Amino acid sequence: MKKAADTSRPHHPAASFALRRVALAAVLLTVFAAGGIAQEHTASSSLLHRQAPQFSLTDLHNRPVDLKAYRGKVVLLNFWATWCAPCQLEMPRFVAWQQQYGARGLQIVGISMDDDPALVRSLSAKLKLNYPVAMGDEKLGELYGGILGLPATYLIGRDGQVVAEYRGESDLNAMEAQIELLLDRK
Amino acid sequence: MNMRTLVRTGTAALFFSLAALCADAQFSVPTASQPSSAFSIPQTQVIQPEALVQILQKGGAAKPLVLQVGSHVLFAQAHIPGSEYAGAGSQPEGLQILEQRVSSLSRKAPIVLYCGCCPWGRCPNVEPAFAKLREMGFTNVKVLYLADNFGADWVEKGYAVEKGR
Repeated sequence: MKKAADTSRPHHPAASFALRRVALAAVLLTVFAAGGIAQEHTASSSLLHRQAPQFSLTDLHNRPVDLKAYRGKVVLLNFWATWCAPCQLEMPRFVAWQQQYGARGLQIVGISMDDDPALVRSLSAKLKLNYPVAMGDEKLGELYGGILGLPATYLIGRDGQVVAEYRGESDLNAMEAQIELLLDRK
Repeated sequence: MNMRTLVRTGTAALFFSLAALCADAQFSVPTASQPSSAFSIPQTQVIQPEALVQILQKGGAAKPLVLQVGSHVLFAQAHIPGSEYAGAGSQPEGLQILEQRVSSLSRKAPIVLYCGCCPWGRCPNVEPAFAKLREMGFTNVKVLYLADNFGADWVEKGYAVEKGR
């Protein structure tokens, strides 16, 4: 048995080098994959699998933005700011998702953590945001466990429970896959 | 060096060049709001959270004026005890607030700036604020290094915070 096991190993130096490279690639992939998972879940804190904290605000056009009014829909609640570069990388995708998945029950809600609503209006128009945006404040931030870094995004199921939290730059493809899964659940 | 080695080396160099270009492109967007990079702040002027905590605990004459130069909403949720909000460094109005706050101080006064709105390399606020103080002649300015954001690198590390504006 020992001999058979020994003969199965590559003895050619080039083959051995190739094997080491494959092993290294596998290790690196594992580390990156673990990192990606950690990014989505380490900051998941206390809101995960709990009812999303209720809030009632008005958007930039003075229309009501009441979280409970969206019950039955899948809600992507995105905290952002005009000075946040990673936020602005995400928002064109959110616009596309609202367009693509809106009829299936997706509602994206933006909460700006800016100090000046004029800047928010300007950027919202420039980015052609097709979902409501309201101004947030420290009370709302604290309600969501402290929004002390942006972007911060919460995926809320049709039953109002927080299904996922995303802090910082996130894997948008993974986020979209999770949204699609939730939309399939009636 | 034979031809085979040369081709291998060239291929590897091309691969790494393309990888570097892709990485650079990934971090070059968006253009409209490209922040001033905190990476341009000299390492000698950057202070780690643990070091600042120790200095603040010691107190005395070395205790710096700590100024948050990012978002007022984030400041109101949590900030370093004793620190003051001094306007967003990325905006002209914010730099005016900063200038007014420090104008009467000795140019040798120890000052620590921080923001923590975004990952260090994405923060649009600390570099303009740092540059403003240097332009005004301040010689003892440090910038607090917060790798990801204030929540992850200060609050979740268990360092003390205060709330309110």
